Amino acid sequence: MATLQLNNIVKDFGGTQVIKGVDLEVKDREFVVFVGPSGCGKSTLMRMIAGLESTTSGEIAIDGQRVNEVGPADRGLAMVFQSYALYPHMTVEDNMGFSLRLAKVPRAERREKVLAAARILQLEPLLDRKPRALSGGQRQRVAIGRAIVRNPSIFLFDEPLSNLDAALRVQMRIELARLHEELDATMIYVTHDQIEAMTMADKIVVLQDGVVEQIGSPMELYHHPRNRFVAGFIGSPKMNFLEVEVRGADAEGVDVALPGGDCRVPVAGDGVSAGDTLTLGIRPEHLVLDEAGPLTGRIQVIERLGGVTSLYLEHGDSEWILVADGNVAHRVHDEVRFTFDPACAHLFTADGLALAHLTRHPLADIDRKENRASSASDGR
Amino acid sequence: MIRPPFPTCFLQWGIPMRERTSGRTVGGFRNVFLQGPAVTLLLLWMLVPLGMTLWFSFQRYNLINPMISGFAGWDNYTYLLTDPALWTAMGNTLLLVGWVLAISVIGGTLLAVLFQQEFFGRGIARLLVIAPFFVMPTVGALVWKNMLMHPVNGVFAWLSDLLGLPVIDWFSSMPLTSIIIIVAWQWMPFALLILLTAIQSLDDDQVEAARMDGAGPLAIFWFITLPHLKRAISVVIMIEMIFLLTIFAEIFVTTSGGPGLASTNLAYFIYIRALLDFDVGGASAGGVIAIILANIVAIFLIRTVAKNLET
Repeated sequence: MATLQLNNIVKDFGGTQVIKGVDLEVKDREFVVFVGPSGCGKSTLMRMIAGLESTTSGEIAIDGQRVNEVGPADRGLAMVFQSYALYPHMTVEDNMGFSLRLAKVPRAERREKVLAAARILQLEPLLDRKPRALSGGQRQRVAIGRAIVRNPSIFLFDEPLSNLDAALRVQMRIELARLHEELDATMIYVTHDQIEAMTMADKIVVLQDGVVEQIGSPMELYHHPRNRFVAGFIGSPKMNFLEVEVRGADAEGVDVALPGGDCRVPVAGDGVSAGDTLTLGIRPEHLVLDEAGPLTGRIQVIERLGGVTSLYLEHGDSEWILVADGNVAHRVHDEVRFTFDPACAHLFTADGLALAHLTRHPLADIDRKENRASSASDGR
Repeated sequence: MIRPPFPTCFLQWGIPMRERTSGRTVGGFRNVFLQGPAVTLLLLWMLVPLGMTLWFSFQRYNLINPMISGFAGWDNYTYLLTDPALWTAMGNTLLLVGWVLAISVIGGTLLAVLFQQEFFGRGIARLLVIAPFFVMPTVGALVWKNMLMHPVNGVFAWLSDLLGLPVIDWFSSMPLTSIIIIVAWQWMPFALLILLTAIQSLDDDQVEAARMDGAGPLAIFWFITLPHLKRAISVVIMIEMIFLLTIFAEIFVTTSGGPGLASTNLAYFIYIRALLDFDVGGASAGGVIAIILANIVAIFLIRTVAKNLET
């Protein structure tokens, strides 16, 4: 259907640069998710792709054609807004068929296309209703239907699920994934919810302050974060960080000093020498309770979720979050010992960059499609 | 003595009473005592003039001839209703209200869209365009009469002179049109004010979604902005109609209802009866007719507006 290239895109709002030179390549039928904290420019970037916001410099190309000067309607894109932006005085059918009506498509053909889209989204019984008579999830589906009817080359979603309640969000997430497969379309999706990003994306673009921090598959971002920001942003609860001193380093690994003894992290230690200070990063789910572990902490807070339990530990002035089994019987103020597998740990230099792992995680290059039922049946 | 056809007391007609959902008790003696003074005052305020008007409309009552007195029965009404002047005045009232409404609503909508755009000096321009509404009707009408529409000193006369066109003596050749222009000039800012605030509440996302759907500026106006303004427009029509039915000052200071009855509306017609012909009885009968007319209009209007507001 369509590819998208961004070449050194810059957006300048009266002197403040919001997007500071973004390069991105979106392949055909790819599901790309922009994530980042509030104000990182992800929505602005999407609006620039949509043509609702002008581009200060750089080039946006769809299918290799420069579209900087093309209006939003003529780029062949469709956008689903966070607020749904349905037209309140039109029925669902008119809402979905509005673009066709403006394009002077005959009534019969228009109805046919609207019905086809409604069938995909199970909206047929609602076609005569006004938006205010719909629930949040139904409005969301109408907004998506309005995009489908236009038969766009690229779908843009601007935080489409953030107004829905948690249960509905899970359901819509699955529905969107199914839709992506059914439509076989290129999709770009903005969210601040990393679960949405991790579950739906082929490729995640992590943004901060208008700069791309890392682009990669969800598993690559999780296992091989390029820097400390990405490591902290991806994963929940957040990664634990600890300042450590280097005992020795070579190409086979780096020895760092921990409160309960040294530990060898298998990362490329070129350029690191004994005495340097690095930041050790270890995810809460990779910390393991162990009576003989080298690290200790006093429990401050326990969050029991049933399946897992989050322990908030304090040791000296360092704080740790540890995700343990749901059945741990510890109480607040207990002193616990814990350890971790050094292969799961990350080391970051003073300027935040990660030292490369020596072995690549086996799932880091997994294709999202392998997680879905349809590809399994294709393989049969 | 003479009650203007000002049907504020009927404003709640047609709007269904709402039950309180807060669970507070409604009624009881305490509430009666608390509301009593205000309600009594309002009732007196409304009922005494209304009652007097009704009473006088059935009396022979002439201010210069005290010999004419006593109960008149329906005479005042038959005399009035068979007088062709009443029907001329009614026709003029409808023309005046209709045209001013059309001009102020259409013009107000277009101006609201214009003043919603970003341009240099928008704040000052908005202030200026709303200014006519704050000018007293008499003053505004006098300015129009003596400085704009005057056939010798007026700006319009100077302009048409400049272009080599014949000078128009506005108030004698097209009296009602002139008054419509003046009143529309006064009321367009009101429509603009209400519609501008309504337009500001239009969701930007909707406009952007329409742009993505391929709507140009005209299509956005027609399919998005106008439906959004529907409610505000009906409110403007209702409020303006109530006030436009009683236009008086503008007529009084410009044409005095003339030439002949060409620019006499119902309010001015009642004034002629009461204070130029000194016929209080006949004027009161005219007042009652005006009240009935205004309330018929108000009931229909409020019904439609209430229906509009519900959705």
